[in-house]
Amino acid sequence: MSTPSTATSNSPAASASGEPVILTRGLAKTYEGAEPVHALRPLDLQIDRGEFVAVMGVSGSGKSTLMNLLGCLDTPTTGSYHLDGVEVADLTRNQRADLRSQKLGFVFQGFNLLARTTAVDNVLLPLLYDRTGRIKKPRDRAVEALTRVGLEHRLDHVPSELSGGQQQRVAIARALVNEPAVLLADEPTGNLDTRTTVEVMALFQDLNDAGITILVVTHEPEVSEYCRRVVELRDGRLIRDETVEDRRDARRDLATDTPLIPLPE
Amino acid sequence: MKWQKLFRAALDSILKNRMRSLLTMLGIIIGVGAVAILVSLGQSAQAAIADEIGGLGANLLFVSPAPSDAGGVRGQEGRQNEITMADVDALRQQSIELGAVSPATFSGGSQIIGGIGNWSASIQGVSPEYQAVRNWDIAQGTFFDQAEVDGRAKVAVLGQTVADELFPGQSPVGAQIRVRNVPFKVIGVLEAKGGGLGGDDQDNVILAPVTTVQSRLRGDNSVDVVFASAADPGRVDAAEAEIKAIFRSLNGISDPEQQVVDVQSQASILEFANTALNLLTALLGAIAGVSLVVGGIGIMNIMLVSVTERTREIGIRLAVGARGGDVLTQFLIEAVLLCLFGGLLGTGLAFGFAAIASALAPFEVTVGMDVVLLAVVFSAVIGVFFGFYPARKAARLDPIEALRYE
Ligand SMILES: Nc1ncnc2c1ncn2[C@@H]1O[C@H](COP(=O)(O)OP(=O)(O)OP(=O)(O)O)[C@@H](O)[C@H]1O
Ligand SMILES: [Mg+2]
Repeated sequence: MSTPSTATSNSPAASASGEPVILTRGLAKTYEGAEPVHALRPLDLQIDRGEFVAVMGVSGSGKSTLMNLLGCLDTPTTGSYHLDGVEVADLTRNQRADLRSQKLGFVFQGFNLLARTTAVDNVLLPLLYDRTGRIKKPRDRAVEALTRVGLEHRLDHVPSELSGGQQQRVAIARALVNEPAVLLADEPTGNLDTRTTVEVMALFQDLNDAGITILVVTHEPEVSEYCRRVVELRDGRLIRDETVEDRRDARRDLATDTPLIPLPE
Repeated sequence: MKWQKLFRAALDSILKNRMRSLLTMLGIIIGVGAVAILVSLGQSAQAAIADEIGGLGANLLFVSPAPSDAGGVRGQEGRQNEITMADVDALRQQSIELGAVSPATFSGGSQIIGGIGNWSASIQGVSPEYQAVRNWDIAQGTFFDQAEVDGRAKVAVLGQTVADELFPGQSPVGAQIRVRNVPFKVIGVLEAKGGGLGGDDQDNVILAPVTTVQSRLRGDNSVDVVFASAADPGRVDAAEAEIKAIFRSLNGISDPEQQVVDVQSQASILEFANTALNLLTALLGAIAGVSLVVGGIGIMNIMLVSVTERTREIGIRLAVGARGGDVLTQFLIEAVLLCLFGGLLGTGLAFGFAAIASALAPFEVTVGMDVVLLAVVFSAVIGVFFGFYPARKAARLDPIEALRYE
């Protein structure tokens, strides 16, 4: 389990290279309205290449707000944000779209796959909008990504023919296909049962072991135990930032989990 | 390369939602179909009329009394213009531009008794020259001659329809017929001319000496119209002017602006018919055009609904890196494709209708290539015009809100 450390502690995970992929300075978001909501108070956060971070906090604490800012889906009210060396705060809508296309991969709680569209076509979707031409054989790449998440035998299945866990793996393949600098997941296991949750975390651990930087929003403590670092928000403020000690190994849990399935009486 | 991909995405989306696509297209299918059908009908009718009138002979002229006050205020005495037999003779003698000249006196639709029963046909009193003016040959027997006109002979030449109806399978020549109790001897049968426009049958006619019709059937000496042919088909205008001048001098009128008669040439009738049909075609086209605009608004409506329904999809596309412009382009391509498909289906509908109409109408209805081209181009324009607003709405969606949309 994890041992608490101070909120300001600088605790990159073991495999991190020390090179910041995400670097925010005073990043804040206020929703104007009858009563302004300070969804995110000025935040300094550094996440290095290869980290695997859980973002925790109670409902309304600002987790999604933070993810949307880090994901270039939203613009901050104040502060600066460098993503993989690029200052994001002043970019235009199109430039942010291009940045999402080149450097980010998203996984959502509700999977958000295109209905009536095969797994492989869903995974191909981000490459449709690639303007750099850096990805040469899109279909091969999509098949590769699906193979990576263990769905090479479901290429031509549409979402309605897939289980929730499989749909989420298609979504993860879609997030990987453009070789993003960071994979952002907002409650990716929120719609999944316990075992499927562990399966998805096993996949994330594999990807992270292969060097992919991952941020996962969750309010399930068990999920955070598979990550390397935990940050916690409350009322838009960072209240905890610590390394996960005794990180759980999802593969091993899956192997030993079998007895958990009760035998019929 | 970008366009190609977005085109595929648009096509994909259309094919994956066939029912929605069909409903979206429906307005355009009907609109384009209606425009194509009506414009084709107008064009075909025009072609048929040109054919018909051309068949009468390009050098044919009709001379009829001018409305009494035509040409100025001088007709204070309210004089009624009329054409007399003497006028016709004078015209024949004085003119140099005219070939043949024949008076014609009509006796409306009359009941004819003879042969196997009775039949209704129009009776025309003419002179022997009528045959030359109308370029109308005799199939059996003979036409009447000048002596028979002078002698008010009770002889008649039947049109093919009358001959067929009263004397099926036999020759009417030599037989007796009665027109309003006046007995006529049939001396000839005209060659078939064929049906006129709107189903009126040119062969449902009986020709008799003009003098006989005047004295026996009409009881007056009037001439309703004069049929004349220009000696030179290239000088129809000169012939027309000459006829007017002769009638002015016959009536002692010196003012060249005042007319005793109206002269209509085949060309002027053709022109009039064309003008009328053009107007009709334009009018029908415009009405159908309204339905096309309504169809366009239908597309816009359904696309707006579809943008709302596809909010989440748009959010996903934006999240994985689509620019607003990419979404706009995709939706525009979808709109144009839907309109184009709709336009093609509508044109197909018009072809089908043309085939049915050709079987029913007295003339051939064809859908011209220009109509097809116009329909296709117009539907594409409608696609861009009515697709733009929904597409822009889609492109401007906020990705976060779009993803959250249920
Ligand atoms: N578009 C918005 N307009 C106004 N207020 C907003 C908006 N989006 C979020 N908020 C507010 O900002 C605060 C943080 O919201 P956020 O969605 O980041 O919470 P969260 O930590 O993701 O919660 P949950 O665990 O329920 O998803 C909340 O108080 C919320 O009401
Ligand atoms: Mg949230």
